[in-house]
Amino acid sequence: MAANKASRLGEETRIDKVNAELVVLTYGTIVSQLCKDFDSDYVEVNKQLDKMGYNIGLRLIEDYLAKSNTVRRCSNFKETAEMIAKVGFKIFLNITPTIANWTNDGKQFSLIFDENPFADFVELPDDGRAQDELWYSNILCGVLRGALEMVQMQVEAHFISDVLRGNDTTEMRITLIRYIDDELPPEDD
Amino acid sequence: MGMGMGTGMGMGLGTTGTGTGTVDEDEEREAVFYRLENIGYRVGQGLVERFARDRPRFSDTLDVIKFVCKDLWGLVFRKQVDNLKTNHRGVYVLTDNNFRPLSRMSVETGGRSGGVQQAAVFLWVPCGIVRGALAAMGIQATVQAETTELPGAVFQIKTLPAK
Repeated sequence: MAANKASRLGEETRIDKVNAELVVLTYGTIVSQLCKDFDSDYVEVNKQLDKMGYNIGLRLIEDYLAKSNTVRRCSNFKETAEMIAKVGFKIFLNITPTIANWTNDGKQFSLIFDENPFADFVELPDDGRAQDELWYSNILCGVLRGALEMVQMQVEAHFISDVLRGNDTTEMRITLIRYIDDELPPEDD
Repeated sequence: MGMGMGTGMGMGLGTTGTGTGTVDEDEEREAVFYRLENIGYRVGQGLVERFARDRPRFSDTLDVIKFVCKDLWGLVFRKQVDNLKTNHRGVYVLTDNNFRPLSRMSVETGGRSGGVQQAAVFLWVPCGIVRGALAAMGIQATVQAETTELPGAVFQIKTLPAK
């Protein structure tokens, strides 16, 4: 079973650990700096976080492939989801979000974060807007988008709920837009 | 709780900030320094708030500096400072011969000396972390860092007399 294999891979991978508080504080400070820089324009902050994540994802995929010892490509998007949740998130954040809410066409699913290390000790600004506009962990959407693009998948990812906003769960929605065809360089005859 | 750290990535040192730039570039470098140093400051402050909370009160400045060299360095860079020197008049020099953030960098062999200068950017957040940590322990100081040979880094702390 692909699911079991993914859990095993995620568990087996031994990697260097870094102090969780250091990550939490650094990420928090970056978000708050962005809020300052963009004058609490949270729509713009979301955008910037996504962009930062995208740039991380473009490189992180190499690290993922090196560390996860995956030998072959995923045969379908469901398998990809398993690998993201149980191997990718396990390696880099030491969490395993739950996969849920597949659409019938198998192109859209949710990751539900029972725990989100980024959000430890976090409170959103109490200005009456951040609760509705800021997606605090939005960097993760960008990471997935960037990483998957490097392995021929164009996806769209966004949060639809966040416990920081007072929702019951933290849920990210991921949609496969298309598989990117290998584009051969133009032949020079 | 532990987290994975991306250590396998090549550090693509850009061509920005080679120091010989125009006024605009210098200004930009200054602005980037200010931001990164401030981010570090906040992180250093937070780390000390959490990790020095339950330990006995520091007896003197040297005690605080030792905490930075051992505990804080271990927490952030997963090793200790290799050497600590002081003139006993408020200046402390911390030498780390294999500074983590620089440990996987490479410079063009025989190339311009630009590599070391580009690597300096990676010392700004750590500078802020040290300054923030010291501030949280009641010591106002200036912190400067430089690297002359990768992957080593030297931090100079100058404490400011208490008012």
